[in-house]
Amino acid sequence: MNGKNITLISFGYFDEDFIKEVAGAVGTEFRCLVNIKEGYIDLNEFYDPLRRQYNGTRLLNEVENTYSSDGFKTMGLFSIDLYIPILTYIFGQAYLNGRSGIASCHRLSNERYGIAAEGKLLIERFAKEVIHELGHTFGLIHCHSITCVMRSGTYVEDIDQKSANFCPECCSILNSI
Amino acid sequence: MSRKISILIVDDEASVRDSLYNWFIEDGYLVECAANAKIALSILENESYDIILADIKMPGMDGMEMLKRIKLLKPESIVIIMTAFAAVDTAVQALKDGAYDYVTKPFDPDDLSHLIRNASKQIVLSEENENLKKKVVALENVEDLIGMSDSMKRVLRDIESVAPSNSSVVITGESGTGTELVARAIHANSPRRFFPLVSVHCGALSENLLESELFGHEKGAFTGAMYNRKGRFEMADNGTIFLDEIATIPTRMQIDLLRVLETKSFMRVGGNKEISSDFRVICATNRDLKSMVDNRTFREDLYYRLNVVNINIPPLRERVDDIPLLVDYFIKKYCLSMNRSPVIIEPSALKRLEEFSFPGNVRELENMIERAIVVGNGKKITLKDLPLEKTIVSNTIESLDDLEKSHIRNILIKYGWNISKAARALKVDRVTLYNKIAKYGLKSSE
Repeated sequence: MNGKNITLISFGYFDEDFIKEVAGAVGTEFRCLVNIKEGYIDLNEFYDPLRRQYNGTRLLNEVENTYSSDGFKTMGLFSIDLYIPILTYIFGQAYLNGRSGIASCHRLSNERYGIAAEGKLLIERFAKEVIHELGHTFGLIHCHSITCVMRSGTYVEDIDQKSANFCPECCSILNSI
Repeated sequence: MSRKISILIVDDEASVRDSLYNWFIEDGYLVECAANAKIALSILENESYDIILADIKMPGMDGMEMLKRIKLLKPESIVIIMTAFAAVDTAVQALKDGAYDYVTKPFDPDDLSHLIRNASKQIVLSEENENLKKKVVALENVEDLIGMSDSMKRVLRDIESVAPSNSSVVITGESGTGTELVARAIHANSPRRFFPLVSVHCGALSENLLESELFGHEKGAFTGAMYNRKGRFEMADNGTIFLDEIATIPTRMQIDLLRVLETKSFMRVGGNKEISSDFRVICATNRDLKSMVDNRTFREDLYYRLNVVNINIPPLRERVDDIPLLVDYFIKKYCLSMNRSPVIIEPSALKRLEEFSFPGNVRELENMIERAIVVGNGKKITLKDLPLEKTIVSNTIESLDDLEKSHIRNILIKYGWNISKAARALKVDRVTLYNKIAKYGLKSSE
C-alpha cells in the first residue's frame, strides 16, 4: 500500500493527540504517511433545523470541491451529527473509488448512550470509521468478514465488533492498486 | 451470494437518489436511478432489476400506479415503496398490489440494510428454487424415454403436445413398453409437475380394496379401518392420477370412476362428506379398450371420458433402431449403479439383440443388460452373457406358425417393409411373402 497519500482534515475542535492517534492507526493500516491539516467550513449552511442534523451529502461534496486534490485521499473529520436525506443518521460516507470522504465522531462516544466516557474506545471507533471510509475511496465495498474493518456497521456495537484491520481479501485488493 | 443484486431507485428528489445510490454502491449492489416513473418504466422495458425502490409521491405517475405497471412488466422484481408519512392505508394498498414492503422516510440505516438483505435472500432463494425445479424436470425428461426411431419421436411429440393441457390420456402399449414412463413424462412436463403424480395399479387390487384405495375411507368403515385414510384421488389434488391397467377395473367401479371424473368430487368409503379434488387422469392399458367397449366389458361413456388423447407406444420389435441406444443407456445406468467401469457390447451380441423379438419389450432388454453386466467379465458383453435362447423358449411362441409369423414380421421390420428385400432375405418369392403377410394379418405400423 506504499505510495498512497492520505490527508486528514479536521473541521471544528479536536484534541491534537486525538487526531494524531487516529492518524497513527490510519497510517499503520494503510502503511503510509498521513498528513494532518485543519480546515474551515461554515457548518450553518449544512444544518437542517427540522432534523437538527448536518447534511452529510452536501458536506462531502464541499470537502471534495474545496479540499481534495488528485493523487490524494482526503478525509474530512467532524464532530457533528450527520445525516443523508434518506437515512436518520450516518457515521460517515465517501465516494467509492473517489478522492474524498467524511466521518464524524458525534455518535461514537459512550456519553451519547448514557455510558461513562472512554477516550481510548472513542479513538478506536473513530479510527475504524475513518479507515472504513478511506477503504471506500480506494474502491473497497462492504465486506462480509465479521472482523474486517470494511464490514458495514450501523450501530456503535457493530463498530466495536469489527477490528481496525482489513481482512486478507480486502488487503489483497488494496495491495493490487 | 453468487451474483450481484441490482437495484433501481425511483425518486424525483435528486438528494434521495444520490444518498441511496452511494449507500447501496458501498454495499456492492448494482445501482441505477430514475427521476420519475416514466423513466423507470422505460428502463424496465429493456432491463430487469431485482429490487425497485420507489417513492410513492412523484409528479406525473405516482408510485402506486407505477407498482401496478411494474407487476405486469416485471412480475419477478421486488418492489419496495418509500413513503414520507406512515400512511397505513396507502401502505396496505401497496402490499395488496404486490409490493414486497414499504418504508417511511427517513429510514434507520439498520432497517434499510435488513430490508434489502432480506429481499436479496428471497431473490437468491427463488432463483435457486427455479434452478432446482428446472433440474428436476430435466432429469425426468432425460431419464425417462430413450429412442430416436420415427415411432418414438412421434410418442415424444405427442407427450410434448398433450402435457400442457388438462386432457385425459390413455396410453396403450404392450407390457414392458414403458407406459408408466410416458405417464411420468406427461406429468413432469405439465403445469401440475410440482404436485404429486399418484399411481394406482388397478389390476393388483380387489374391487373392495380398489374402492378404498381410490376414494379413501373413514375410520370404522369396514373391519380393519382403524383410521381415516385419504384416497388416491384426494392425494392427487392439483396433480395427476395414473391408473395403470385400467381395463381390469370391475364394471361397478367403472360407474363410480365415471362419476368422479365428471364431478371431480367423491365421498370416502363410510363417509358422508363430499370431497373435491382437482386432478388430471392418465390411464394405461395393454388391452384394446375399443373392442372391450364393443364386447360390453368396458363402459362406452367411461371410454370416451378417458380416451380424449391416445398415445400408443410401439413394441420394441417395431423400433429396432432404438436398440443400440437403449443398450448403451442401460449399460451406463447399471455400470454406474453397480460402481463398475463402463463395459462395451460385442457387435455380434448387439446384432443378435437387434434380431430378437423382445416379447417383454424394453423391460426385457433392460433386465438382459443388467444380468449381462452382473454375470459378464466386466469388460465386454458377449453373446453368452445374453439369455436370448432361454427367452425364446420361454416366450409365447409355441407353434411353428407363430414362429414363422414372428420371423417374417422381424424381417419385414428390418428391411423397412421393402417386400423385395425381405423376400430375398427369406429366400422366398414376393408372391409367397404377400400370401404369408395376408395369412398372418401382418401390417406395417408406419
